Amino acid sequence: MASFKPTKIPIYPKLGEKVTQDTVYWKNYKAPVQIKEFGAVTNIHFSPVAPHNYAVTAFTRIHIYGPFSQEPVKSFTRFKDTAYCGRYRSDGQLLVAGCEDSVVRLFDVSGKVALRMFKGHTKAVHVTDFTSERYHIFTGSDDYTCRLWDIPNATELNTYQEHTDYIRCGVTSKLNRDLFITGSYDHTLKLFDARVDKSVITMDHGQPVESVLLYPSEGLVVSAGGRYVKVWDLLKGGQPLVSLKNHHKTVTSLCLSSNGQRLLSASLDRHVKVYNTTNFRVVHNFDYAASVLSLALAPDDESIIVGMTNGVLSIKHRKSPEESKEVSHQQRRRPSYRVFVKGKNYMPKQDDYLVSKPVREYLTKYDKHLKKFNISKALDSALQAGNRQRKPEVTVAVIKELDRRGTLKNALAGRDEKALSELLHFITKNMVDFRFAPVLVPAANMILDIYRSVIGQSPVVDRQLLYLQDLLQKEINYQQELLDVLGMLDTLFASSVPRKELLCSSSSRTNGLAQGETASTARPELQAT
Amino acid sequence: MVEHGDIRVVHRGGIARYCRFLCERGIFCCCRFLLCGSGYEVKVFSTSTEECIHDLRAHTDLVTGVLLRPSNHLQAYSCSTDGTVRLWDYTDGILIKTYVIGYPIYSIYTSANHSGVLFVVTPTSDKRSEFQLVAVHLPQSGDQLVEAREFSAVLSDVSSNPAATSFGRGGEYIASAKGLQLEVYFFKKQKPYRFFLKEDNKKGGKNTFTCLACHPKDDCIATGHEDGKIRLWRNFNHKKEYTYTTLHWHHSAVSSLCFTPEGTNLLSGGIESVLVQWRYNQESQRDFLPRLGAAITHIAVSPDGALFCTSHSDNKITIIRSSIQVSAVIQGLVKGDSVRTDLMVDPRSKALVLNGKPGHLQFYSLQRDKLLYNLDIVQQEYIHQSGLEQFEVVKAAFDAYGNWLATVEERKQKPTELELNLKLWAFDEQTQSFMLNTTISAPHEARITAMCFCHSTDSQTTVLVSVSKDGHFKAWQLAPATHTEDEGPSWSCDFVGAYHSLVPECCCFSADGSLLAVSFQEVVTVWSPASWELLTTLSQPPGAIRNLCFGQLTCSKYLLGTTDKNLLCCWNLLTCSLEWSTSMDVSLLLSDPFSENMAAFCCQAGCTDLFVFKPSEPRPLFSHKAVCLGKVTRAVFAPREKMLESCEETSQWLNHSQLYFVTQYMDLLTFTTKAEEDRLMASSKQLVISDSVAMTPFSVLLGKRSQQEGQEAASSLLAERTQLPQGSAAVRELLQTPAHVLPSTSFLCSMFVESLLISVTDNRKKGRTIYNYFIVAQQHFMSKIE
Repeated sequence: MASFKPTKIPIYPKLGEKVTQDTVYWKNYKAPVQIKEFGAVTNIHFSPVAPHNYAVTAFTRIHIYGPFSQEPVKSFTRFKDTAYCGRYRSDGQLLVAGCEDSVVRLFDVSGKVALRMFKGHTKAVHVTDFTSERYHIFTGSDDYTCRLWDIPNATELNTYQEHTDYIRCGVTSKLNRDLFITGSYDHTLKLFDARVDKSVITMDHGQPVESVLLYPSEGLVVSAGGRYVKVWDLLKGGQPLVSLKNHHKTVTSLCLSSNGQRLLSASLDRHVKVYNTTNFRVVHNFDYAASVLSLALAPDDESIIVGMTNGVLSIKHRKSPEESKEVSHQQRRRPSYRVFVKGKNYMPKQDDYLVSKPVREYLTKYDKHLKKFNISKALDSALQAGNRQRKPEVTVAVIKELDRRGTLKNALAGRDEKALSELLHFITKNMVDFRFAPVLVPAANMILDIYRSVIGQSPVVDRQLLYLQDLLQKEINYQQELLDVLGMLDTLFASSVPRKELLCSSSSRTNGLAQGETASTARPELQAT
Repeated sequence: MVEHGDIRVVHRGGIARYCRFLCERGIFCCCRFLLCGSGYEVKVFSTSTEECIHDLRAHTDLVTGVLLRPSNHLQAYSCSTDGTVRLWDYTDGILIKTYVIGYPIYSIYTSANHSGVLFVVTPTSDKRSEFQLVAVHLPQSGDQLVEAREFSAVLSDVSSNPAATSFGRGGEYIASAKGLQLEVYFFKKQKPYRFFLKEDNKKGGKNTFTCLACHPKDDCIATGHEDGKIRLWRNFNHKKEYTYTTLHWHHSAVSSLCFTPEGTNLLSGGIESVLVQWRYNQESQRDFLPRLGAAITHIAVSPDGALFCTSHSDNKITIIRSSIQVSAVIQGLVKGDSVRTDLMVDPRSKALVLNGKPGHLQFYSLQRDKLLYNLDIVQQEYIHQSGLEQFEVVKAAFDAYGNWLATVEERKQKPTELELNLKLWAFDEQTQSFMLNTTISAPHEARITAMCFCHSTDSQTTVLVSVSKDGHFKAWQLAPATHTEDEGPSWSCDFVGAYHSLVPECCCFSADGSLLAVSFQEVVTVWSPASWELLTTLSQPPGAIRNLCFGQLTCSKYLLGTTDKNLLCCWNLLTCSLEWSTSMDVSLLLSDPFSENMAAFCCQAGCTDLFVFKPSEPRPLFSHKAVCLGKVTRAVFAPREKMLESCEETSQWLNHSQLYFVTQYMDLLTFTTKAEEDRLMASSKQLVISDSVAMTPFSVLLGKRSQQEGQEAASSLLAERTQLPQGSAAVRELLQTPAHVLPSTSFLCSMFVESLLISVTDNRKKGRTIYNYFIVAQQHFMSKIE
């Protein structure tokens, strides 16, 4: 006859973020490695050549780290004051860095002492970069000027004095030897051409510009300043494309993923956000412990490196494919020889008739007990540690099933101190969850009814009951507050929506109100007992 | 059945059509046939194929009992409340004799030791509620219709329940139980012994007897009780020294008990729907057959003990092998207490869909009058226990193509708590059944009163509208699949509508899906599903709207509604004004989706009248007074397989579709026309003739097929049979040649058999003809050889 139908475990809609391709990709990183630097990490730059070391500029030093090293493989310490913006040349041989003392230093990666010193700026130099033909250096400074220098004879080639405030960011074109972009605290971005003596395009960001980024195609430029990230189209003469406002503090750093499909922005609000560059929606979000100042992605997104204001450098490495696979392998049980291997190499002959073996249904432990009407045992096995902690919905489903059979009271009764405290622990942990409240509140009521006569005999149970009372009071207050807010919102909606569309707004409002009501009506009932 | 011109009301729905009287009592014969009383007739089923072989029709009232004749195992008695006992040859379906008793008979018993005597339970002549056991001496007479007037009372004050009386070992005594009293009558001593039980024992069990069985080889009586106990009584031929042992497994009343023919096992069953097999004298050893589907009402065992059969409260008979394994299930239309869902027609299979087993929807084929399958909606283990609130399917709806099925299940444990689930099922082409797509728990805060799909055929997306007592109606739409691949598209809420905080009652989509009408008490609101704008409101106070229906096809501009103040209104949607209204108490209004016709059932003075009309015409097309007793609760128009070509005005409305309806007593009824009935009758008569001709091994082989061939083959058969002398050349040669010039038999035989073989291209009709030649030829051949 019909077989036993196992208890249906409802699948609750997942709360929080949805699982998408992006979250899968960006979550596939190991736990971060944290390295303490001497001061705030202001810049991180990857060497363009393998093995892709990276230069970390923090306080008066520049440390070079290998791709997997925890210790710096090399450090440049000959700075008189805070160093800024250590960047590699495209061949990975030379490194340039600005300094608070207005001197720009050029290092050989293998050497220790500066090869060249470029003196000419009058204030701190925050921006340095190599041009694409590799023999010039471009710098930007707090004295409102940016300059071009010649490396071989350490002379200044040109000075541009168009900005009216500090220049704090800039980038040179990788495709054209003469183009570079600067961003300044005077709210503007300027595209300079070395062949003429002035800027070619000026873009108004609206906020002090903290970071500039060129797309690999160099048709678009991204700027960050204030809470905004803006994208500009250079081919249309610096026309603004998009303005993104997803951070709630100043955005400090920008970075593109290796395939150019995702844009990352880091901010003082301790978040790093990932945008899709086709529709500029946020697809993922990283949280950090402190305000983020600098951000870099290794080639092929092998690691995400973030420098923070408290001097901590956080390095996340991507999980290797074997590692991410291994996790799923561990969960799967090995097939037994008898079932899977035996007879596998038998070749069926032509007239063989295949007799299919009936598939045996396996019931979980609580279902086996439910089938035999062993209700207390069923509840016990549903309350086992694994279910209770990882899958509360299973335990709740079994409690609901017992309630449906009208035998929940019998199953709850007759428990000793240990079993009762386990049960109460589960209830207190899950009762305020709105998905489980309709089931657990009547169950808690029943427990109070059943064990009313023995209250006071066990300190453990008494403590849990007190905690339960406390929890309920808190929840009631919380619901009250929510209803208050809902009422306020209703007033706002009612006044803001024109008379004609009243019908629509009323529907959405009642919907929201109804959910609040169902949640709240469930609670005072328990309080009464 | 009610006659009216050439249109008749007929009952539909499987084994026990009159489920409210529930009189099934299955008995066995030779392990091959199963007899059971069903309504006004006795049905003979084959135990191996589950097919109904004969309908034994002659009784004019409910059949209450069926019994094998002890002296001849090919004959059976049946008794009925029409006051007759009839003797049948059930293998051929022939009525042999009719004994007229004159009083309604509620059960019948015989014993091999009492030949020529029948024991029947009839009401005592003065009081209808008291029953007595009477011995009827059957007169020896050759007539078909015999009046039996020779009665002798055996026991007075017995129960009318057939299970509460039984013959003991070798017919020496008869035992009967009623209330708290067990009475045993010994035929030799000619005196009854009475044993009494206390009303309640110490633990609160109820001792009332419910059923009884006597051991066939031993002096032992097993009795079943209200509290689930079974008592085995022994030594009951003494007044004082009687003993009994108690067996307890059932938790509620034992409804049937039965010993196997050798007396080695005792079978018991009850509301738990578990068949329990107790070993006689080793009662601690039990075998169980759980989850039989519904409460067991009767248990019967075949005379050789190889098969058991249980009949269930949901119109089902289960045939069980003696190894406690189910071998066959004979299932009619599953009948519950009421049809909570509407009657529906599945657009794909054209099957009637309504509540089935608890928590299921049943798909019932109307063409074949057979249950197709039950779809498990609730997907929970059903606990067979009285007084337990369980999930019930309360609403269901199909979309236009049958791709989607929406169901609502609800469970009301306490007045304040209502559990509601809305489930959406998608039709899966591969498995050819519905697969669960979306479950929406608590779609509304109060009971859902109506639900319908948008039936437009051209729109891309389907819309489902549910209307609830919480004052809202919600529109649900299929949302596109989310970004990840593992989840397909699912349903979500698209719009929530309300109107002046009134409670909505019913909803209806227009035929093209461009309008949605929702009634809010006295007001009908018309919405546009495209923009969810309120287009207009219509009302005809006083009286809340009870039914709402759009006109179909050419009448699609009309919206019809009925109010509970006995008003039928028809609004014109083009002018937004009342077209006409008439005063009648319409309990149910529905429209035929295949024509312009509408049907209105009016309840008046305990009877229901039917009116069929077109909204555009002032005169009804058809009206039928007193269609049935009681209120009609649900009705549906089902499409016909083949269109009828009736041109009479009164029966034209039945051309495209057939009207099925359910009364408050759970009878499924429909209308048939005279022409249809004639055709059916003709076919069944001819089948009977063809079966009664010859009983050769070949006819056994081929006879079964001839039954399946149906009416066409049967009607052609008569015509063919008259032309028997002509035939194939081989047969003719064989028959006309003198015997002494024929070659040897072995040579002839192969040639002859070859000529009989049905070639692949031949159709069945031809095969049948040849088979008939063969029977004649065979007889000739045999005579010649002799």
